[in-house]
Amino acid sequence: MILFILRRIALLIPTILGITIVAFGFVRVLPGDPVLLMAGERGLSEERYAEMLKQFGYDQPIWRQYLDYLGDLLRGDFGNSIVTKKPVLTEFFALFPATVELAFCAIVIAILVGIPAGVFAASRRGKLVDQVLMGTALVGYSMPIFWWGLLLIIVFSGNLGWTPVSGRISLLYYFPAHTGFMLIDSLLSGEKGAFLSALHHLILPSIVLATVPLAVIARQTRSAMLEVLGEDYVRTARAKGMSPGRVIGVHALRNAMIPVITVIGLSVGTLLAGAILTETIFSWPGIGKWMVDSISRRDYPVVQGGLLLIAVVVMVVNLIVDTTYGLINPRIRH
Amino acid sequence: MRITTRLLAAAAISCLAAGASAKTLVYCSEGSPEGFDPALFTAGTTFDASSRPVYNRLVEFESGTTNTVPGLAESWTVSDDGLEYTFKLRPGVKFHTTDYFTPTRDFNADDVIFSFTRQGDPANPWNSYTENASWEYYQSMDMPALIKEIRKDDDMTVTFVLNRPEAPFIANMAMDFASILSKEYADSLEASGTQANLNQAPVGTGPFQFVAYQKDAVIRYKAHPDYWKGKEAIDDLIFAITVDSSVRMQKLKAGECHAAPYPNPADIAGLQADPNLTVMEQEGLNVGYLAYNTQQAPFDDPKVRKALNMAINKQAIIDAVFEGQAAIAKNPIPPTIWSYNDAVEDDPYDPEAAKALLAEAGQEGLKMKIWAMPVARPYNPNARRMAELIQADFAAVGVEVEIVSYEWGEYLKLSSDLDRDGAVLLGWTGDNGDPDNFLAVLLGCAAVGNSNRAQWCYQPFEDLIQEAKVTSSQVERAPLYEQAQVIFKEQAPWATIAHSVQFMPLSSKVQNYKMQPFGSHRFDGVDIAE
Repeated sequence: MILFILRRIALLIPTILGITIVAFGFVRVLPGDPVLLMAGERGLSEERYAEMLKQFGYDQPIWRQYLDYLGDLLRGDFGNSIVTKKPVLTEFFALFPATVELAFCAIVIAILVGIPAGVFAASRRGKLVDQVLMGTALVGYSMPIFWWGLLLIIVFSGNLGWTPVSGRISLLYYFPAHTGFMLIDSLLSGEKGAFLSALHHLILPSIVLATVPLAVIARQTRSAMLEVLGEDYVRTARAKGMSPGRVIGVHALRNAMIPVITVIGLSVGTLLAGAILTETIFSWPGIGKWMVDSISRRDYPVVQGGLLLIAVVVMVVNLIVDTTYGLINPRIRH
Repeated sequence: MRITTRLLAAAAISCLAAGASAKTLVYCSEGSPEGFDPALFTAGTTFDASSRPVYNRLVEFESGTTNTVPGLAESWTVSDDGLEYTFKLRPGVKFHTTDYFTPTRDFNADDVIFSFTRQGDPANPWNSYTENASWEYYQSMDMPALIKEIRKDDDMTVTFVLNRPEAPFIANMAMDFASILSKEYADSLEASGTQANLNQAPVGTGPFQFVAYQKDAVIRYKAHPDYWKGKEAIDDLIFAITVDSSVRMQKLKAGECHAAPYPNPADIAGLQADPNLTVMEQEGLNVGYLAYNTQQAPFDDPKVRKALNMAINKQAIIDAVFEGQAAIAKNPIPPTIWSYNDAVEDDPYDPEAAKALLAEAGQEGLKMKIWAMPVARPYNPNARRMAELIQADFAAVGVEVEIVSYEWGEYLKLSSDLDRDGAVLLGWTGDNGDPDNFLAVLLGCAAVGNSNRAQWCYQPFEDLIQEAKVTSSQVERAPLYEQAQVIFKEQAPWATIAHSVQFMPLSSKVQNYKMQPFGSHRFDGVDIAE
């Protein structure tokens, strides 16, 4: 088992190196550069432009810039944002907890709703309930997130007034951020109502972010269940006179979980991608919005550092998932 | 249910007020500030969060106008040759006392000298106190070439010695980059090795003092108790950063904020209909234009340019692109700037006359390119659409137009090239309310190959604006600029298109809010009804 994990970690190194090349190249392939965007309509004289490129080190040949970047990375230096002048790592860690909190709530919703829905649909295969559930899942999967988010805000926050429009917590509360996770910080603050307010603010963005993974998990659970339900051991269990609930809940579901866990693991990437739109709509101060802003400003250090950090997070989560189903299903380890 | 929400939201906001027995104004701002040291940046969003609430300048713009009034300088004198500006500083001005800094002295000349020399002197340790520091406004207002010396005459007197007379200098001193920081605070940061905090935890003399910033989410300020103009009526000022315009307006309607800038044009009617809101509007200090490349045939012929200008149906553009929320531009400066020449007559929309003039210039069957910006700007919300309308107008007079576009950064660079092929859609928002800031920056000879996109260097025009630049009396300068606008219209380096209107939706409870001609958002002097 340890060997399995070590082998997987060793595989990460070339992947990370590849990502540095892609991330570094990606922002530079985009036309325009940060200096021009900063100058705006006013423009810059040729001399001033050259001077600024030099100051940022962008006058060097591209391979030289890349090697410098790699050298800095090895020293743990991700560089400073051109826009805010702050270290990329500081900004990342200030924003990352907000994204994690949102993504975590979204995945919890997706699992708690998606798996039962899939199981239920599988057990009623071909019936109206199945068709309605799977039809809904298809709609959810195809939903344009930006439109969906705005629709929910207009209906639930604007017209019904059940939820706040945006933000992480009511502005009424002001306490120091110990962990960056608003749910935890609000509990630590000891302020009455703060936790509920934070939870209240999480509802809409979590639902929006959960929509796509929920649909995927529901559909995957259904098809995995259908496959398992046809197996001999299920028939045996039924023949033994077990209750249908026990057959599905214990024997079938456990075996059907393997592909579902894979899908949950893979949806971490989907969640981070979905966070870009969800965070923008709900003014959620996380890394998705940060990346969008940085790309549009051609903030090279932030884009390349941010992409790398996000990629590492996704890889680590996938490694954990792989390890987990290695535990569930010994066949994979060998 | 809707009413319940409103009540709840109102209760929440009034709880805020009651909780600390304080008045709180929540402003849903459109973006995050880049930092809190305004001289490092150029974005209006950053100035709204830094220079406007936290700092003062020697000279201030009177709220709601482009007039300059005394700020941290009580008064000033200009030497007869226009080369020395002596500022008498205001005594007894207190810097903010915060969790991270307690001032031991009042504002004095050292603070003024520190605030400027750090920008102009590369040898000053504060010139590069944060990585990638650059002083863009100081540079682009040509301060390094302009300022010869900043002299401390005594603790409360500072003299700026210039290399040449510069009439807009006083207006420049009211700009955001000229904000006055505390030298004592900088020294304390230097002693503790935390220089970067100058840009993250600001200390100024302004109406509000910084409390906290949670990146991309919330900025908190409180009223400066010892503000030299007296404490503000609002106790706490909160910026709730809300990037999406529709969401911002929803927050305003739901009572989650008191003010929210930049509504979508399509949302304005709905906001105006809401009894709990007030929508203020003001003509912006801007101009949107189409600049010909006057150095390239056939656009080097004023007749051709004039003919094309007559072919453009500007009213149709205002209606379709600005949804009616703009005024037709006839001069290169907006009507809110002094010296605006209202006697100038705009080129009439007359396709027949345009055709005839083109024939006279021997330009039948002309083909050209029009550049359309890829981004929405205050002076042009949809350049692509505008280009298409002009394309159709030109087709009607027999001119075939190809529309081109580039990524924004590229667009700005390539459009400056001397040999650029085609006419460029672009615009400008004023920095300091001085006509020089439009006429010299956009049409002066020194700006050719840079911000003068028409590449237009016309001596009679240039002589007038140069003379106006070195004349210090506004009364004498105004006729020079008025004449310059007449020449501009005759020569037609641009088709002037529109001055757009800016909107500001507010809760009806907000009192005394003034829209600023420069498009900035200020909360000094603002109050909230109980």
